[in-house]
Amino acid sequence: MVERLKLSYSRHWYAYAMAAPVVIVLGVLVAYPLGRGIYLTLTDANSLNVGHTVGVNHIPDTFKFVGLQNYADVLWGQGSYDRFWSHFVWTILWTVICVTLTYGSGLGLALLMNRQLRGRTAYRLLLILPWAVPTFVTVFSWRLMLADGGMVNTLLGALHLPQPSWLEDPLAQKAAAILVNTWCGVPFMMVSLLGGLQSIPAELYEAAEMDGATGWQRFRYVTLPGLRAVSSTVILLGVIWTFNQFVIIFLLFGNNAPDVQILVTWAYQLGFGQQPRDYAQSASYGIILLSILIVFTTFYQRWLKRNDQGVI
Amino acid sequence: MEGRPPLSTTTDIPTKAATAVAATARPAVRVRPRGQSSPAAAALSHGILILAALVAVFPVLYLFFIALGPDKTDYLHPGDILGKATFANFGKVLGQTDFLSWFGNSLIVAGGTTVFGVLIAATTGYAVSRMRFPGLRPLMWSLLITQMFPIAVLIVPMYYTLANLGLLDTYSGLILVYASTAVPYCAWLLKGYFDTIPVEIDEAGRVDGLTPFGTFWRLILPLARPGLAVAAFYTFLTAWAEVPFASTFMLSSDKYTLAVGLTTFVSQYESQWNLMAATSVLIAIPVSAVFYLVQKHLVTGLTAGAAKS
Repeated sequence: MVERLKLSYSRHWYAYAMAAPVVIVLGVLVAYPLGRGIYLTLTDANSLNVGHTVGVNHIPDTFKFVGLQNYADVLWGQGSYDRFWSHFVWTILWTVICVTLTYGSGLGLALLMNRQLRGRTAYRLLLILPWAVPTFVTVFSWRLMLADGGMVNTLLGALHLPQPSWLEDPLAQKAAAILVNTWCGVPFMMVSLLGGLQSIPAELYEAAEMDGATGWQRFRYVTLPGLRAVSSTVILLGVIWTFNQFVIIFLLFGNNAPDVQILVTWAYQLGFGQQPRDYAQSASYGIILLSILIVFTTFYQRWLKRNDQGVI
Repeated sequence: MEGRPPLSTTTDIPTKAATAVAATARPAVRVRPRGQSSPAAAALSHGILILAALVAVFPVLYLFFIALGPDKTDYLHPGDILGKATFANFGKVLGQTDFLSWFGNSLIVAGGTTVFGVLIAATTGYAVSRMRFPGLRPLMWSLLITQMFPIAVLIVPMYYTLANLGLLDTYSGLILVYASTAVPYCAWLLKGYFDTIPVEIDEAGRVDGLTPFGTFWRLILPLARPGLAVAAFYTFLTAWAEVPFASTFMLSSDKYTLAVGLTTFVSQYESQWNLMAATSVLIAIPVSAVFYLVQKHLVTGLTAGAAKS
């Protein structure tokens, strides 16, 4: 065993040396906190009983080990529907709707821009603007536009359409969150898919056309298979990023909108947005979130493998 | 790629098409080069693209417009701003707030994260792209899984880790935190880019007596510039626009980054939206400038790996 380790080290030392910085940084700042986070979920830690230093006095930890009680409480404790399952359902809906919308619009725009069209570059420069501007800036702008009497409702009023209260009514809040997230997410999808489209050899289209394939058939049997590699990556990233999307909901609604909180923002609110701060519950939500994503990725990866094409 | 035989119907379609053409015997349909569309379709494409561009640009322009209004309630009556538009808000933000020191902090943190993050992401990306070593797959998986970490689970333990290391409320602490969030994706992206560079180049370098590090530094990095540009941009943007970590780990107000500073505006100025709008515009300008510098590499950089796999 030791011999083998030694051999492996002498053969691969530069590979290890090159990967070491990342491994150390991730180990210290991600793996260790994760371990501690998992430990916290097994305790009843909150901001009152965690050790802290007031002036010169150090107050030691007084929280105690409670086993899996936090998970039980989150998943089927009293009121768990309101605290967990309603947010869970909304998080899944939010992820599915947002990824579908961003992928669909991104693909549509990429297809349009992949044609020979006057002013292609200008369109591209304008369309990636939502990506170029920091999210918290654009979310702030949307907040002004969606406010009562803001731009969006003025426009809807001019068209004699109903003017929901975007930032207060629960259903309208959800629509507003999806709208803003889609707006922010489309450029990434569009640019990635455009790259994918450009990497499909033109000969395939020529051959398809020679064989008399219609526009739809060319799309279905040449474009979509050609995009499969790019699509599987951006959809995975899209799902992960949307599932964990924090900034948009946090900045659009703050802490006063319990209905629209997805699991991530809800967990943050438990850990930081209330007094006393409930670290243990917050971390339990985090671990549950992470588990959901890992399960999803494993199945997704397996499903891709079956189609002979994994992400890793 | 293969999966199913994509054009299994090819045998009958041409004959059908041929008979159709023969039957109607249309006088030669004008042949267009592929990729060009009929005037109607082109007009439709332009229409959709113009609409999409408007939707994409409007919120940003609107914010700029609001920033020109001198009154804090002007956002409710945007029509009135036209008559009294002024750059006074920008002057006020630059002159009477801590904007410049926040800006400096953000620049230090984002710049530091970019240099440090891209460097270590590049070495790791190179190692996983070129070398087969035990632990390769676990490393790839942990890079992917790190992407999925919800901040809620990390933020409390990270706080204590940083406190123990004495890095709380320091630039280097925040730089390390940001590096840990940006590096996994960058390493992934750069691995994809390095994969597209022929291995023969490495071999040539080795034959000419370069060490593995020399090959990486002198041959591969210069060739990977587009990929590096995208990774650098992604890292910079992550660090520049991040809110929750910065607001938790930077405790003293002279260390606030822009994103944190902006959120303090709401209480400090009792929601002076006009000042917030002006600040937001000032924050957006440098990062958008960087974005447009690297944007022509975005397509190749982002999809190099994915398109190849």
